[in-house]
This record gives sequence, structure tokens and C-alpha cells, in this order.
Amino acid sequence: MPNAVPLSWYLILSAILFGLGVAGFIFRRNIITVFMSIELMLNAVNLTFVTFSYQFKQVDGHIYSFFVMVVAAAEAAVGLAIILTVFKNRGTLMIDDVNSMKY
Amino acid sequence: MTALLFLIFAAIAIFCGISLVVQTHPVASALSLIGVMGSLAVLYLLLGGEFIAAAQVIVYAGAIMVLFVFVIMLLNAGAETPTFQASSFVKYLGIFLLVAFLGLISFIIQAALPKTEGVVFGGFQGTTADVGRKLFTSYLLPFEVVSVLILIALVGAIVLARKEV
Repeated sequence: MPNAVPLSWYLILSAILFGLGVAGFIFRRNIITVFMSIELMLNAVNLTFVTFSYQFKQVDGHIYSFFVMVVAAAEAAVGLAIILTVFKNRGTLMIDDVNSMKY
Repeated sequence: MTALLFLIFAAIAIFCGISLVVQTHPVASALSLIGVMGSLAVLYLLLGGEFIAAAQVIVYAGAIMVLFVFVIMLLNAGAETPTFQASSFVKYLGIFLLVAFLGLISFIIQAALPKTEGVVFGGFQGTTADVGRKLFTSYLLPFEVVSVLILIALVGAIVLARKEV
């Protein structure tokens, strides 16, 4: 077995995780699971940043993925507060039932 | 050894990612997401990102997922009930199309990327000292802006979740 891992394997893993995140975002009906799919996509992007950081031998990619983490934390705090408000007003977590903007 | 570790943890990440999408209970999805984040932290270590691996475990798997699990428990979210019954043909076609799409993307990445020598453990060490030095010199302004963003998110979360007076 070769010792070195090709760079493309990391990028392919990242693409697969991103695709799974998109699939979860589209197919799931629970608003919390949809939110977790977004986090999965952000993680996949972070893996790409760190991979290219290795390739170019620079730490800039690490700093970008650090910023992505900070934005994800802010997004989780605000998003979960919005979910709490939606649940308080409508008593449901299913996104199909929250469609009064549609008509 | 690097390749073996990569394959093991990439398999765990993909398995947990699939589990995240197909599980109907939010707590099971959250635990799968923690599995993805943990295995990604190991991959970051293999790529020489020690600071980002630690931040991944502490911030993501620690803080953010605790927040998620807390909200799931608070809202007493149960298993998702399907709103409509998709036929099994549609389901299998969807799975097939998703796998075909991911395979196509993998092929394009494999074909388009120029040949490089590959990743070995220890080939590049982005130490915490390097990351910190760059963060507080070249990236000082984005760092400060992001701290303002955190403050706005803090205020926004409190305003959204407070009791109406």
C-alpha cells in the first residue's frame, strides 16, 4: 500500500460530504436536521481549505477554516434562536407546515 | 500508515454522513454529525493542521453540537413523520442519481487535478504559533470584524429568544 495519499482523495471526500449535506438539506423535513445538513456542508468546505493549505504549505487555509467555524457558531446561535421562536409561535418543527409565506 | 488512517477515517466520515441524512430522529442525526466532525479532526491532523483539529473538536463537536442537542431536548423533537409516501421506484432512482452525480464529481476532480506528490504525515506542520502569528498580523482586520459579528449574533440570539414583555 502506498504511503502517500493523493491530494484528490481529500477533495473527493470533501465533495462527497458536501453532496450528502445538499441531499439532507433537500430531503429532510425536520428543520433541525436541515440545519445540521448545513453544518455538514460547512465542514466539507473546511476540509478543502485545509487540504489546499497543505498543498501550498501556507497556513492561510487554516485561518479561513477558523473563520468559517466562527461564522458557523454565530449562525448556530441565531438559527437555533429562530427555530425556538418558530416552535413557540407554531408548535411544529416540520418545514412543510411553516408555509404561510407561500400563498 | 497515512493512507490506512485516511481510508479508515474517510470511511467513518462518509458512513456517519449517510447516517445523518437517512436517520429520522434528530438526536441520531446529531450523533452522526459528531462522528463526522471527529473523523474530520483526525484528517486535519494528518494534513498538519493541529490548531484547526483542536478547534474542530472543541468548538464544533463541543460547543455547537451541545447547542444543537440542547435545542432538540428542549423542543422534545421526536422522529420525523413522512408527509407523503414516495414510491420505491422514485427512492431508488434518487439514490442512483445521487451516487452517479457524486461519482461524476469524483471523476472530474481526479481527472482535472495535476499530479502532485501526495499527502504524507509530517510533510507540512501548520503549528499553532504560525497560525497565531498570521492571524494577528496579516488577518488582524478580519479577526476584529469577526469579533463584531460574534457580538451581533449574541445580541440577535438574545433578542430572538427572550420572553415577550
